[in-house]
Amino acid sequence: MMENDLAINLARIQFAFTVSFHFLFPAFTIGIASYLAVLEGLWLKTDNGVYANLYRYWLKIFSIVFAMGVVSGIVMSYQFGTNWSVFSDKAGPVIGPLMAYEVLTAFFLEAGFLGVMLFGINKVGRKLHFVATLAVAIGTFISAFWILSVNSWMQTPVGFAINDVGQYVPAAGWWDIVWNPSFPYRLVHTVLAAYLTTAFAVGAVGAWHLLKDKTNPGARKMFSMAMWMAAIVAPTQIFMGDLHGLNTLEHQPAKVMAMEGHYESHPDGAPLILFGIPNSKEKRVDYAIEIPKASSLILKHDLNAPLAGLDTIPDEDEPPVGIVFWSFRIMVGLGFAMLGIGMWSLLARSRKKLYDWPLLHRAAVVMGPSGFIAVLAGWVTTEVGRQPFTIYGLLRTSESAAPLDAPAVAASLLAFVVVYFIVFGAGIVYIFKLAAKTPEAHEPTPDDAPIRTAGITPAAAVLEGDHEEGAAT
Amino acid sequence: MSGTELTVIWAGIIAFAVVVYVIMDGFDLGIGILFPNFKVGPDRDTAMNSIAPVWDGNETWLVLGGGGLLAAFPLAYAIILPALYAPLIAMLLGLVLRGVAFEFRWRDPAHRARWDFGFTAGSVIATFAQGVTLGALLQGITVEGRAYAGGWWEWLTPFSLLTGFALLAGYALLGCCWLIWKTEGSLQRQCYSYAGRLGILLLLAIIAVSAATPFLEEEYYTRWLAYPGVIATAQIPLATLVISVLFFRSLSKKQEAAPFFYALGLFGLSLVGLAVSMWPDVIPGRITIWEAAAPYESQMFMLIGAAIMVPVILAYTGWAYWVFRGKVGTDGYH
Repeated sequence: MMENDLAINLARIQFAFTVSFHFLFPAFTIGIASYLAVLEGLWLKTDNGVYANLYRYWLKIFSIVFAMGVVSGIVMSYQFGTNWSVFSDKAGPVIGPLMAYEVLTAFFLEAGFLGVMLFGINKVGRKLHFVATLAVAIGTFISAFWILSVNSWMQTPVGFAINDVGQYVPAAGWWDIVWNPSFPYRLVHTVLAAYLTTAFAVGAVGAWHLLKDKTNPGARKMFSMAMWMAAIVAPTQIFMGDLHGLNTLEHQPAKVMAMEGHYESHPDGAPLILFGIPNSKEKRVDYAIEIPKASSLILKHDLNAPLAGLDTIPDEDEPPVGIVFWSFRIMVGLGFAMLGIGMWSLLARSRKKLYDWPLLHRAAVVMGPSGFIAVLAGWVTTEVGRQPFTIYGLLRTSESAAPLDAPAVAASLLAFVVVYFIVFGAGIVYIFKLAAKTPEAHEPTPDDAPIRTAGITPAAAVLEGDHEEGAAT
Repeated sequence: MSGTELTVIWAGIIAFAVVVYVIMDGFDLGIGILFPNFKVGPDRDTAMNSIAPVWDGNETWLVLGGGGLLAAFPLAYAIILPALYAPLIAMLLGLVLRGVAFEFRWRDPAHRARWDFGFTAGSVIATFAQGVTLGALLQGITVEGRAYAGGWWEWLTPFSLLTGFALLAGYALLGCCWLIWKTEGSLQRQCYSYAGRLGILLLLAIIAVSAATPFLEEEYYTRWLAYPGVIATAQIPLATLVISVLFFRSLSKKQEAAPFFYALGLFGLSLVGLAVSMWPDVIPGRITIWEAAAPYESQMFMLIGAAIMVPVILAYTGWAYWVFRGKVGTDGYH
């Protein structure tokens, strides 16, 4: 039994590790793909070269992030079976088709048009190339749609029956399964998170270059666009996050109790614990700084509304409070910091000083990774918060694992850690190197580039410049 | 449509995905296998560029195979994947390594040799692991109830190692013929000189695997060699012989596209052979496709999606290949 527990815990660590790494990349590619589509669209519309240059600038980074997303994603699609085979057998009839739809409608679309997007501009012309960019951008969104539907079904399962071999099988029509209760909220919240992540990454790169040269047109444009996103999306995201939280309260109250640190029930108004140290042994939050009744106000819109605590949940069904409590605060804290930057940028913009306030630019540089951290923290909140279940309330994580020996899982975990750190570490270094280069207008615009007639046209201008740049560094 | 038929259709769709995967990722993995033999500089760049726009799409068929298996045959997915844990994890890590090399080698010329090595190592590991996976599946998996019940080294046998090496030879041949088709000059000449030897290697591997297979399981023996079925199954080795002759003739005539398609033909016949051995089991000798099938509603829901999307996918994939048709230039489109 001990041996078995060890194997399961190793499998959990392995899944957490591989999915966390993976999630960073799509969180970025969903955003950059849309950003690239906007840039190319604006370029087509205005013929302003700055958009074309920014497109090429971010396309290089996109191609690295996308490759890392693809290869880490293939791992995920097999890990369900290699490490969580009992879950796969039981949940496959419901979640399998949704994942198959993801492959059929999203992965192929992205992959099929990616080649043209990266290398094909001289071969297909500007308009068709824009179609390819759009296809990739839409593909990233469709992918998010299906996989989040799967994840949401695991959090709020509906529309199923259990057959005589213990499988969860569809029983109420696919519409209900796809649009399960937490899905719309999770979809919007996650996609907005991807946009914010990208906005702050782009904003940081723009700000970095503005600090060196505030007249650089590329840097100005990307910073301005990113700050618009921050100013508009950050408040929207906080509002949507609140709705998502209310939805969670309805369907997964134990998760919200852990987020709030409410070990005890509060019959007449629950306090909002801003900070404190959850002490699960004593079932209390030590050193809590709290606002009386504010939690009831937020969650129930009534100061005196009763809120149940973890004392109403059997111990064996409780999520690990400490992790959820902290990851939730990291996410929310970063969300408000993003809002702050957004508002600050509006102030600067209204005074026509958007490119002239180094302090704002420095803050934006510091906030560059904020989206990635917030996305991971949010993911941890929702995934750890639904423990100890894989299918919420129905199938326990401990009963979902594959019949593997602990040494096998330990060895694979070690291999994943080593390979991921080397490979993705290098990729992240390359992204930083590309982002450190000043966005300049020296690359030929695609329609000026030489078009060769023999066979495949080499050197699509999209990437021609970086060959030379690569050689120069 | 009855559930029985629907399940057969799904077995066909997944087999189709596997075939397309083997064909398409086969040649780009093969280029990875041959990569160290190519001269550093234009030859390597050309070889890489010939697959850069398409490798990602090629690999998506593997995800469809895996995802489709989970969706249409969840029990098979749940038994096969833990049973083949070590080779599958090795394959995934190999694919990680080679997938990023496409981008990284251009980003970091100072360490290009390392990423080229990673490209080869990843391709070899992924290919060998796929071959081992196939062999291990064919030789049989220990099943108890609804779960795998063997140890974590059960996959490792002389037969699975043989199929691993066979696939290395096969993918290398596909990659080699692809480059004959897509390149010119010194790289093409080099590939012509490899193709004949790789062709012989693959044929030897096919013969060895074919000779060993009927003796793995009694059912294989009956399916292949019992009268009157043998009249039908004998057509497969005969066709293999004919295509081999055509393949070597096309090489000696220095045809450019034909060797690739004959090599594909050899692969196709091997896969037909695999189907003959396995049908109608999804886990040979243990679990049939009907025992592993997802419920009717699940398979039907997906069939609608597949019926609409697979032709669309084939159309735009074909278009993408068309965009990058012809010979690859040395400086490539990277």
